[in-house]
Amino acid sequence: MTDGPALLRATGISKSFPGVRALDGVHLDLRPGEVLALVGENGAGKSTLLKLLSGIYQPDAGTMELGGAPMSPTGPRQANELGISVIHQEFHLMPDLTVAQNIFIGREPRRAGLLIRDDELERRATALFERLGIPLDPRQPVSRLSVAGQQMVEIAKALSFDARVLIMDEPTAALTETEVATLFRIVRDFVSPRTGVIYVSHRMEEIKEISDRITVLRDGRYVDTLPTATTATREVIAAMVGRRLETGVRPAPPGPGASDGGSERDSSGHDIVLAVRGLSTRALLKDVSFELRRGEILGFAGLMGAGRTEVARAIIGADRSTGVVEVNGRPVTVRSPADAVRHGIGYLSEDRKRYGLLLDQDVVRNVMLSSLRGMTRGGFVRDADGRRVVEEMVDRLSIRTPSVTQRTKNLSGGNQQKVVLAKWLVRDCDVLIVDEPTRGIDVGAKDEIYTLLTALAAQGKSIIVISSELPEVLRLADRIVVMCEGRVTGTLANADADQHQIMELATRFGADRSLVTTGDPE
Amino acid sequence: MTTSSTATAPRRATGLGNRQQLQQLLAFGGLVVIFVFFSVASPYFLDWANVKGILLATAVTGIMALGATLVIATGGIDLSVGTGMTLCSVMTGVFLANLGLPLVVGVLGGLAIGALIGLLNGLNVAYLRLPPFIATLAMMMVAQGLSLVISGTKPIYFSDVPGFGQLAGGELLPGLPNAVLIFFVAAVLAGVTLSKTLTGRYALSIGSNEEATAISGVDVRRWKVVIYVVAGLFTGLAGVVMASRLNSAQPGLGLGYELEAIAAVVIGGTSLRGGKATILGTVIGALIMATLTNGLRIMSIPQEWQKVAVGIVIVLAVYADMLRRGKEA
Repeated sequence: MTDGPALLRATGISKSFPGVRALDGVHLDLRPGEVLALVGENGAGKSTLLKLLSGIYQPDAGTMELGGAPMSPTGPRQANELGISVIHQEFHLMPDLTVAQNIFIGREPRRAGLLIRDDELERRATALFERLGIPLDPRQPVSRLSVAGQQMVEIAKALSFDARVLIMDEPTAALTETEVATLFRIVRDFVSPRTGVIYVSHRMEEIKEISDRITVLRDGRYVDTLPTATTATREVIAAMVGRRLETGVRPAPPGPGASDGGSERDSSGHDIVLAVRGLSTRALLKDVSFELRRGEILGFAGLMGAGRTEVARAIIGADRSTGVVEVNGRPVTVRSPADAVRHGIGYLSEDRKRYGLLLDQDVVRNVMLSSLRGMTRGGFVRDADGRRVVEEMVDRLSIRTPSVTQRTKNLSGGNQQKVVLAKWLVRDCDVLIVDEPTRGIDVGAKDEIYTLLTALAAQGKSIIVISSELPEVLRLADRIVVMCEGRVTGTLANADADQHQIMELATRFGADRSLVTTGDPE
Repeated sequence: MTTSSTATAPRRATGLGNRQQLQQLLAFGGLVVIFVFFSVASPYFLDWANVKGILLATAVTGIMALGATLVIATGGIDLSVGTGMTLCSVMTGVFLANLGLPLVVGVLGGLAIGALIGLLNGLNVAYLRLPPFIATLAMMMVAQGLSLVISGTKPIYFSDVPGFGQLAGGELLPGLPNAVLIFFVAAVLAGVTLSKTLTGRYALSIGSNEEATAISGVDVRRWKVVIYVVAGLFTGLAGVVMASRLNSAQPGLGLGYELEAIAAVVIGGTSLRGGKATILGTVIGALIMATLTNGLRIMSIPQEWQKVAVGIVIVLAVYADMLRRGKEA
């Protein structure tokens, strides 16, 4: 390591929480004018380190310096004033306020110290957007924006401070390729001899493209800092996980004739477990039809807003829709998720924390939630039996938790995802709809989830995988349904699908995607 | 950090985790402190007659608070328990004193009215999707109005109903009024309901994350109705006990009881945000409220100041609870 003058330096940082040593003697140094990628599996301590740098937590031991002077921010506000701006993974926006009001919240220009000058507010926001080249309307309420649009507001907000250090925690998780390109342009414009960027991401291609050096953390410890240009992705991943990853291709699903009878077959003789015909919603979906075969992984690809999640929510009865859903050849009425579960359809949401988990409750309560009704004797819940079932499942899925009575909010993203998966496996659902199964999950756990899903399909479960990451879809799926603007634009067998072809179908209607969500298209 | 091992901690999955035990220690400690303080401050405080008075004063509010705990566990609130309790008293009076129905029928009728109040609350919350605050505020007013209309604004006396006064006033266990016994039995029932049945489990799940619970295949709307009905049964029970204790149904009573019940729940450590609830805590919370009022009265503190003291205790109790939670996070 060269000892150049650091813009931001953290030395020997340790931080513990009750029962957990989150960081143990971690180093980080950001040089002026560089983009430093910070990588590590979930639970490696990245988020904790960011929270220390931005003043949300204070370290137990270690020192931090900004431009050579010691710093110890006692809160996010103070970190901002020191010139450290953070874009957090989760949005912190007030949906009912306008874009401009959100960006300048807490420092509104006022007349006589009392009355907010909304015109000035909007002028400043407009100027900011022009500088950054973001097409946003300052007067738009944030609730009207798409997820990508909201991300752009967060980015603009961070850059509206006179920041020297910009910290970005997985800023591209919700962005499409074009928006990522915009973001990278903004990052490159921002970097100057007096500034620097710390960039946290799980996406290796992006890290390759944008960063100068890569700092790797593992299990709360510093592993290494590598120059991006001369380091192979493999080496970075090896440093992160401390072991090599297997790469695999899906084995073929059970072919015609592998059925145990009782269900419909398609023309090529496959068992059809779930058939959807003419599914439409008022807001978006138009005549969506597809079939899911037994033991198959069916990928759903498309751009953000193409309606893939909406298809899932319509099938499970979370949103109102018209059309026919057939399970094992019989039309079923699904008015609520409870109906869907009764028919053996389980849904893993892209938003685990909101739709998947009881964060304050333990692993047992979470896993058993869908199966409690079959777990009672004389009206009383059989807790001991439930616990045994969950412990088996924890072993089978290798869920890493100190015990099954651990609250799920203390688990890493990958293990949280496995808890949700375990819930549906205990309920014995035949059809699993997994929406962005690896969002916010680190490389190692990602691989485990892939292996699990593949194994489940091999055991005869039928799985729909919705994903915005094309490599993920291509790796997992037997067939791929591509959607664009609420319609199915094509169904491809994985063998003859490539990224180019999928993108073409996903942009079939070629409308200019704006950052503002359009309302009812009718 | 350890990897998962199946052999650790064979079974302790009995609803009361470490945290909850700690919380109850906190509330229980508060109760002990208050008790010791008044014992020292007043020679009459520890007199059994006085302690009995405290327990009696706890019983009615306590029973209401048990039901309120279930509703609060879902992240809801029930403002209708006070006047609802009164309506149940009045209806019990109508059944027994006015219509002359048998004792058992009258009592069950009182409970049924409570269940009906809960059913309406539940339907309004679950199917009309009214916020629980609004739905139960409306019910609070409706119940108050109906109590006055039905009784013609006059108390209904049970003097001609043999045995009714003994229901709460008798002493099945020598020295312990039945009202207190009923409260304790009801508390055990509520505790089992909360920690051992689907109703309680789903109440906590809904309070933790309603959307995730729905996606998990739980019919959230139906279970909400069930929870409000169960809470309503406790309201009904409180109404019957109240009527029996006073040997009359007083249509003017009730308003304000709901806030005392909610205060007991909150002092006990149940989170108003839902997802965390403890019946033992609620019992202790109800005892704290009654002990405080009683002790201050014995010390001849004017009633106006008693209210001030109770308010301060609520702030202290909830703040202590937040401090404890802050440490965990």
